[in-house]
Amino acid sequence: MTFMSPHGLAFDIAHMLAGLLVLVSFMMLYQLRLLALLHVLGLHAFVLALSVAWQAHIQDAPHLYITAGMALAFKAILIPWALRRMVFQMGLHREIETVGGIGITMLAGIALVALSLQVMLPVTANADPVAREDIALALSVVLIGLLIMVTRQNAISQVVGFMSLENGINLAATGARGMPLVVEITVAFSILIAFIVVGVFLFRIRERFDTIDISELDRVRGGQM
Amino acid sequence: MPDPVTGILLTPIIAAAILVALPGYRLGAALNMLASFAALVFALTLLWDRPPTTQYLLVDDLNIVFVLLNCFVGFTTSSFSASYIGHEIQIGKLSLTNIRFYHAMYQIMLFGMNLALLANNIGLMWVAVELATLTTVMMVGLYRTAEALEAAWKYFILGSVGIALALFGTILVYLAARPVVGEGIDAMIWTNLFHAAPDFDSSLLNIAFVFLLLGYGTKVGLAPLHAWLPDAHAEGPTPISAVLSGLLLNVALYALLRFKVLLAANPNAIAPGPLMIGMGLLSLIFAAFMLYRRRDIKRMFAYSSIEHMGIIVFAFGMAGPLGNFAGLLQMTMHSLTKSGIFFCVGHIAQVKGSQKIADMGGLTASHPVLGWGLVAGMAAIAGLPPFGVFSSEFLVVSSTFVREPVLALLLVFGLLVAFGALLLRVTSVAFGPVIGPVGRVHASYIPMFAHFSLVLMAGIWLPPPLVTWFQHVAALLG
Repeated sequence: MTFMSPHGLAFDIAHMLAGLLVLVSFMMLYQLRLLALLHVLGLHAFVLALSVAWQAHIQDAPHLYITAGMALAFKAILIPWALRRMVFQMGLHREIETVGGIGITMLAGIALVALSLQVMLPVTANADPVAREDIALALSVVLIGLLIMVTRQNAISQVVGFMSLENGINLAATGARGMPLVVEITVAFSILIAFIVVGVFLFRIRERFDTIDISELDRVRGGQM
Repeated sequence: MPDPVTGILLTPIIAAAILVALPGYRLGAALNMLASFAALVFALTLLWDRPPTTQYLLVDDLNIVFVLLNCFVGFTTSSFSASYIGHEIQIGKLSLTNIRFYHAMYQIMLFGMNLALLANNIGLMWVAVELATLTTVMMVGLYRTAEALEAAWKYFILGSVGIALALFGTILVYLAARPVVGEGIDAMIWTNLFHAAPDFDSSLLNIAFVFLLLGYGTKVGLAPLHAWLPDAHAEGPTPISAVLSGLLLNVALYALLRFKVLLAANPNAIAPGPLMIGMGLLSLIFAAFMLYRRRDIKRMFAYSSIEHMGIIVFAFGMAGPLGNFAGLLQMTMHSLTKSGIFFCVGHIAQVKGSQKIADMGGLTASHPVLGWGLVAGMAAIAGLPPFGVFSSEFLVVSSTFVREPVLALLLVFGLLVAFGALLLRVTSVAFGPVIGPVGRVHASYIPMFAHFSLVLMAGIWLPPPLVTWFQHVAALLG
């Protein structure tokens, strides 16, 4: 009796890391405090870096190590650190976010994973097996990222949601064997994220603007509908 | 002389590098115009001097139309921007540092859009669209007011999500192409993809198109993904509203069309038409109703852009030689008319010191040129003859009536609803009692009238070479 999959250990490790990324995405869903959320974000990027480095190893594609290194330095360490400072400066570290029912959000997350497996696995039947499951799991990460962006009120949590979404896309891009321009695209994305973070910092964007508080809405929109 | 493509792409980069260091807004504005004009000249030479296709860049009959339109509106907007910015500096709304930044960003934006249009590589195209998005986000937030920052933030977040989904779609296209075209850069080159598309795995291509439609569709401003568009148009500087409506929406549409051609070439893939028709109709009818309750004039024309993008996407969704032809014509007419309207509205808002519709009235009496200009623009955008939008909308409707009468009825319904809203507004803004300040305006009317007279000319007489060109492109689009 063997516990090895028909594709060997290399594939199993790739799948395990991708699965781990989905799991960490779920961890984000139930974080009540912003600081805890930022820690999980660091973990998310760390798992991504491991996964990309593993892809670089099994695909024999050294340029992917650049992407892995960037994920580690930039997304696992630098950005969470910068966001953490912002959280303290804006005095958000004691606040508990209202996330509208963690149970419901988790269920929605599970439904999204089921959906992406259901959608992606049949259509990628002819693709190579690593890419196949990586893409399905990457789509789950993307959709959970969207879910985080939708359910959270705070601008910083939206950035976190967007970054996890982007990590999912990185997973898909690196899982697609031999895809050109991956490094360039991840650099472009990192610039985008840097801009978002700088934007939050410079303009002290605390809340996302479409709150349900009508008075707030009136003030910002100034009756300019 | 460098070859045209290099010229189109290199001019704005060099100009941006100089503009960022150039003191004084007059000099900056002049250089901005000069660089945009140079890009337009290079774009015109594309008509007879077509560089060979490379791994990264491509010039074909389809993108020449877009590049020319892009460079033309880019140039006229830069000349409108010169007089607009002068006024903003006088009243102290913008500082000189802001202006340097603004001019440099303007050129980088033109570079990004032209690169997206000329890219032969779907990855490069994606990066270019992202660059254009980033620069416009920064320009939307230029005034630093709470409203402008809200608009920029909203645009940023929604645009980024859209662009992320588009990248996921691009990756899926690569996955579909890899088994057929082979690994590496080849499987991202559009010309290769186009030739190999019939052999792609169709189900993978289907899913990819859904992501691309959602992703680039966000940037086109299709309902229900349009939420960023009205804010970004209303709160940014007016020249940026003009290029957003006139150009950036087209660039995203162009990206969508390229992928649509891939899908159409694959016999087993879903027809992209019905999806596009559905979203187009939804955008048209939704935006038409939204036009009624607008109190901000720039916001109103932003909804009108959603409406027109709806019509255009609908026409391309109907496809066929006639549908594509109508879509191309409608797109060209909309770009010219809508940016012309924003030139006019920009000056009006400066005179009145407000963008609120309630603060303006009787413009034809107080400012005849601006007032009648606005009347002409609104008549054109509402689709009245003899303007070009009338002929293109007529073509969309009549070609639809032959094939799908029910859809044509819905289309006409949306058009009429929008027409009513515009008629209602034009009477209060242009006619009736004079409301608000009546000060003199330091405006350059040339860009506005250049646009409107082109639209008028197209409505009366389309040059036969243009017609054959568009027919040829329409056939390419399948």
